[in-house]
Amino acid sequence: MEHARDIALTVNGARVSRRVEARTHLVDFLREELGLTGSHAGCEHGVCGACTVRVDGDIVRGCLMLAVQADGCRVETVEGLSDSGELKRLQQKFHEKNALQCGFCTPGMLLAAQDLVRRGGRPSRDEIREHLSGNYCRCTGYQAIVDAIEEALDGQG
Amino acid sequence: MKAPAFAYAKPATLAEALELLERPGAKALAGGQSLIPSLNMRLSAPELLVDISALPLAKIEAGKTTVRVGALVTHARIEKSAELRARVPLLADAAPHIAHPAIRNRGTLGGSLALADPAAEYPACAIALDAVLVLESRAGRRTVKAEDFFKGLFETDLKPGELIAAAEFPAAKRGDRSAFLELARRQGDYATVGLAVHNDRAVFFGVGSTPFLLRDFSSRERARAFLEENLSPSPDLYHSATTKRHLAGVLLERAWNTLETSR
Amino acid sequence: MGKAELPLHAPGTRTDRGYIGSSVPRPNARRLLQGRGAFVDDLKFPRLAHVVFFRSPYAHARIKRLDFSKGLKAEGVIGIFSGRDVSRYCTPWVAVLAHLKGIKSPPQHAVAIERACWQGEAVAAVVAETRAQAEDAAALVEAEWEELPAVVDMEAALRGDVVIHEDLQDNICFRRDFDTGGVDEAFAGADAVVEERYEFGRHTGVCLEGRSILADYNAAEHSLTVYQSTQAPHMMQDVFSRHLGIPEASVRVIAKDVGGSYGIKVHVYPDEMATAALSVMLRRPVKFVADRLESFATDIHAREHKVRVRMAVKKSGEILALDLDDLTAIGPYSVYPRTSGIEGNQVVNLTGGPYRHQKYRAKMNVVFTNKNVTCQYRAVGHPIAVALTEAIVDKAAAKLGIDPAEFRRRNLIPDDAYPYSFPSGLKFEKLSHHRCLDLLLQRMHYQQLRQEQMQLRKENIFRGIGLAAMIEVTNPSPAFYGVGGARISAQDGATLRLEPTGMVTVLCSVTEQGQGTEGIFAQIAASALGVSLEKVRVITGDTGITPYGGGTWASRGAGIGGEAVLLAGRALLSNVLDVASRILNVEKETLAVKSDAVVDKITLETKIPLAELGRVAYFRPDTLPPDFQAELTVTRHYTPREYGFTFTNGIQASHVEVDPDTGMVRLLKHWCVEDCGTVINPMLVDEQIRGGIVQGIGAALYEECLYGPDGQLLNGNMADYLVPMAGEMPDIFCAHVETPTRQSQLGAKGVGEAGTAGAPGAVLNAINDALAPLGARVTSMPVTPEKILKALGKI
Repeated sequence: MEHARDIALTVNGARVSRRVEARTHLVDFLREELGLTGSHAGCEHGVCGACTVRVDGDIVRGCLMLAVQADGCRVETVEGLSDSGELKRLQQKFHEKNALQCGFCTPGMLLAAQDLVRRGGRPSRDEIREHLSGNYCRCTGYQAIVDAIEEALDGQG
Repeated sequence: MKAPAFAYAKPATLAEALELLERPGAKALAGGQSLIPSLNMRLSAPELLVDISALPLAKIEAGKTTVRVGALVTHARIEKSAELRARVPLLADAAPHIAHPAIRNRGTLGGSLALADPAAEYPACAIALDAVLVLESRAGRRTVKAEDFFKGLFETDLKPGELIAAAEFPAAKRGDRSAFLELARRQGDYATVGLAVHNDRAVFFGVGSTPFLLRDFSSRERARAFLEENLSPSPDLYHSATTKRHLAGVLLERAWNTLETSR
Repeated sequence: MGKAELPLHAPGTRTDRGYIGSSVPRPNARRLLQGRGAFVDDLKFPRLAHVVFFRSPYAHARIKRLDFSKGLKAEGVIGIFSGRDVSRYCTPWVAVLAHLKGIKSPPQHAVAIERACWQGEAVAAVVAETRAQAEDAAALVEAEWEELPAVVDMEAALRGDVVIHEDLQDNICFRRDFDTGGVDEAFAGADAVVEERYEFGRHTGVCLEGRSILADYNAAEHSLTVYQSTQAPHMMQDVFSRHLGIPEASVRVIAKDVGGSYGIKVHVYPDEMATAALSVMLRRPVKFVADRLESFATDIHAREHKVRVRMAVKKSGEILALDLDDLTAIGPYSVYPRTSGIEGNQVVNLTGGPYRHQKYRAKMNVVFTNKNVTCQYRAVGHPIAVALTEAIVDKAAAKLGIDPAEFRRRNLIPDDAYPYSFPSGLKFEKLSHHRCLDLLLQRMHYQQLRQEQMQLRKENIFRGIGLAAMIEVTNPSPAFYGVGGARISAQDGATLRLEPTGMVTVLCSVTEQGQGTEGIFAQIAASALGVSLEKVRVITGDTGITPYGGGTWASRGAGIGGEAVLLAGRALLSNVLDVASRILNVEKETLAVKSDAVVDKITLETKIPLAELGRVAYFRPDTLPPDFQAELTVTRHYTPREYGFTFTNGIQASHVEVDPDTGMVRLLKHWCVEDCGTVINPMLVDEQIRGGIVQGIGAALYEECLYGPDGQLLNGNMADYLVPMAGEMPDIFCAHVETPTRQSQLGAKGVGEAGTAGAPGAVLNAINDALAPLGARVTSMPVTPEKILKALGKI
């Protein structure tokens, strides 16, 4: 039985193969091994949401997934989704509304927000808040984030 | 908070998985939403994680009288399943209360049932629905009624080397009534006190080391009396036993009112 | 663009304010939006080692023996070091200041040497190639302890049954007594006296980015570069220099992106000092990042108080006197270098703040306990002072049958009473309590809400409205720390440099943690100079580059740093026009700068673009008169001199609904009217206020560091310690009144802490207002459902 394993996955559209320790969680793998430091580790027990990334199209907590579990998966981080332009509208609205201050929660917040945007429809402010209820922000008080998402959703209706 | 070192295996078949699970220090890894935090916090130190996510345990099979939900079905799928919304509405009502979307995308029914957190939603729903759990081991398959499965604080009837393969729920029929209520400090938190009701079975959770079953929910007075006499809640960090007892009573009234108006 | 010589607030000034007052999005937010920031943990260094600390599991214990032998054999381990080992590279410190008379504290080492005094205190340092390996090795460290009695309860600490530091004879870190005299007489002659006891639960900042430091010692140069998530890089430069024995200018502290701070990251932490010492010892870069469990156990806590307050009033509602007795529990050490006596001191200074009253007596004790250390956390003392003042005010209003808003109206210091001297000795330049109250009541539709409240009560729906008026300390002079001997700078500097292409670089000693410091400095510089915002780049947080200054604390960034930028901007403008007048051969007075060019002041005709001026000044000075040297880099400093503290004022309101069956509180809405002087960027200010309010709501309803009777932290993780999340927070309405300060040309006061200062008081009052018809009242924060149910007699 091995404590390390070879994995091959796609990260932000690029094929990646590495040997990883089984115990390394996904966000540490992305940050340390691949230098994708945009996703942050805020608690390492799945509560704060700073590590939110996308795996096979679904948002997940990067600290609650082992890198070895991402073998064969398609992983997308804030860097990739910025470069592809998928987050452009949200980022623009976040910027206009100052829906970020220190920026540490922001990548996770954007991933969670984009997940809501992709679901379509016109969620209410309360529904937006509910969807974000797993992403901790200490700086903004959340209102500007809700405002930004509301406006981003408006544009696509 | 980095996990201690462990070995990892990802079996392709159930037989392989069951063999691995009998090794000393082996633990099943499904969604990992509860296991991985405990590893990161060094609260557990397994020798070997057996990743069961490749096993064929992720089906939702709706029969005439029974709906069988595979252990690997995620909370997100349960939340979104039109089939479950129609055939086992209590489960579909409970799912949105579990943590947050990113966690629901990975967390599984089997994982939740196997962990038996006293403040978790599914164990109570399973008991309310009088569900049957299907367990597999090298010795073979066995079934256990949900109401017999939860033994104590994080303790179930799972034997070493045993895996939950699926849970079987009764399919909805005419006249069925169910209600799900949960009190929590914040959206997605574990329940302070919760209540899952299906017909005459009412199950409280967050009140003790295991869910508390009230078999006769046909009369408000009898239910109240039963609660009074038999519920001995454990306190948590923020709520004394007395508070828990009071809140259980409040939920009882509210559930009763909800079901009353839906008659 | 703004270039008048007069201050912005001078009456009759027709100053073009430029970008000042505009809600411009922050340029430095762009990289954060793409995950392309640079937080300490993002930085890569060759031979980077990681340190993890072996921490005491006991609240109070003597370290009998430490055995590193097993740990040293673990893979990747570079070394394991005791407190004594580290003390050879780092001297201890004592956190006392001369102006806090009688304050005492024992010396504290980077890593504890003989005794651990709180659960979580570091007693050994484990250094390895990776964090995971360091944790593996730390798990193999063996320790033998002699448990000592732990002092946990603050009243027991005050009694001194067990004294934590025998040399100090008791557990009192600091005590303060204040008496205007005439207090007993005022109470004797009052028409009514109200009294109440309040309890405030200890809580903490929970910055999403844990405390982080990467120290890089260069043995060849005996120099140290430290990348640190800190609010005060110059202060840390001084501390590292003195305690590690490295010449000051050979220490460079760099704060790049900081993931939240709120005061948590303005203090000296032993584990961070140890990290720097280890870099010196091991001659390689060493990094420490506090993980979430460590953060809860060792980031400073704050605000654990038990207070008794009495208020004497006349039938008319006039407040005659206040009498305060405050007991607060800190950890086993006063925290360096600002001391842990300041929070209690602030409570004494600020109680009763918004109101006219001349008689005041206060008694305050700060006691050591064997729980985590405490120190300044956003709004320091204000949340307590405001909450207890506003709660006792509501109680008095209720007793006299006067509407709470009206009661405040009768007592708030009149808007024309300034300058005003406060009983505790503070001086107010000019506040606007009444204008703010009027605006608040109008915007929240106060009368309508009261009517609706009455109506809903008949339907057994219990809503409450709570008000909290406040004053806030901002832009402090050296009166805060400097006078006590602390090497903490209350002045700041800004360097502005016109680049050859006409861009402007701003270097400022105030720092950025997301509040928008760099954004507003760009706005101010652009406005002062007449350039467009895109031409300005701001650099902060680097002691090797910026002027010397204080950094971020006590809501001083805009008022002090901003003023330095404005002064430097205007000075640079003058120098630019000097150059232009030489190039163009015209009188300087006929010129101005507008839209990135030198123009004729009257006709606004472009005379020479700044880019061209830059080219000439830097590359063709041979074309300028021989006796003339272009000086396109200017530095100015600013210290507030007239007032020891520049006070601001504000008032908040909370609207809640309480479920009397479950004790759960639903926050319906929140309002804040704030007067922070000149508002440079309304959007940023409002966001600061909102963030602060939500932080205050956390204290009011959710947050508490819970300790067991043996000093064990019971809820030190994100699942058990409850922080406010989006689902429960209300929308928050902000409005402003602007009373600029005359101490500066910018007229900006501070605002960063205002939200946190007032929110707990407003929410507490709202809850009690909701419960009033049911005969219940709560006086302990956080107000949990259980406390409400107990007050209602339901349990």
